[in-house]
Amino acid sequence: MADSKTPQVVIMRSMLGRARGLGAAKSGTQHWKSQRVTAIALIPLSLWFVVSIFGLIGAPRAAVAAWAAGPVTATLLLATIVALFQHMYLGVQVVIEDYVHAERPRVAWLLAAKGATALLALAAVVAVLKLAFTG
Amino acid sequence: MADVRDALMVGRTSDGKLVRRPLSPHLQIYKPQIVTVTSVVHRATGMALAAGTVLMVWWLAAAAASDAAYATATWFIGSWIGMLMLVGWTAALWYHFCNGIRHLAWDFGYGFELPTAHASGWAVVAGTVVLTVLTWILVFVAR
Repeated sequence: MADSKTPQVVIMRSMLGRARGLGAAKSGTQHWKSQRVTAIALIPLSLWFVVSIFGLIGAPRAAVAAWAAGPVTATLLLATIVALFQHMYLGVQVVIEDYVHAERPRVAWLLAAKGATALLALAAVVAVLKLAFTG
Repeated sequence: MADVRDALMVGRTSDGKLVRRPLSPHLQIYKPQIVTVTSVVHRATGMALAAGTVLMVWWLAAAAASDAAYATATWFIGSWIGMLMLVGWTAALWYHFCNGIRHLAWDFGYGFELPTAHASGWAVVAGTVVLTVLTWILVFVAR
């Protein structure tokens, strides 16, 4: 037995249970890795996007549509959208988890953020596909 | 002890009494340093960029919708408030871009020495200013 000066803390959970449950974070390193992978993808993609925009300043809608309709451009735009909104949700999620302490408001904020992110991402995807297929 | 996580907050004073561990002082106690300020600003610019995606999606959706919708979107972007948002957005983007690369370097195990971390922090600040100014010079050249 431990001596009486040791804090008595009973954790009623087996080692196997802790390993299976992946601890308090519940998802292991998936969140961390996904944030890094999307960050790496966004380095070239965001540079490409900003440089591309320079050529479209003041251009009529038809020119923007023609630009977005190219297969390479449409592919890169979709890649940017997927990586961007995935990266964005991971960041917003952590901020909500850090600052909204009460459980119910936290879950509500997380769901609202997920819904808003999904709708924004889908709207962007639909816009690119519409430009790619119909101009 | 209501929550098992409280177990980690149990400590012992020098005379052996069990106590709840004190929490570390919060932000306002510490003197701001380049490493802490760059960390806080990284999060703030991330949130600003998230808000900025609304403007980006509006522009993209308007381009896909109609000439009138695109005219409205570009009118807003070209207005003084739209330009102000764009200046903030580009500055936030370049900051998050530069400091994000700094974070990735840390993730790969580089640059943890304090002088290096301080220097890279100031490099991020300098990089943000240079890239933002360069972006807007190019905007006015391209226009």
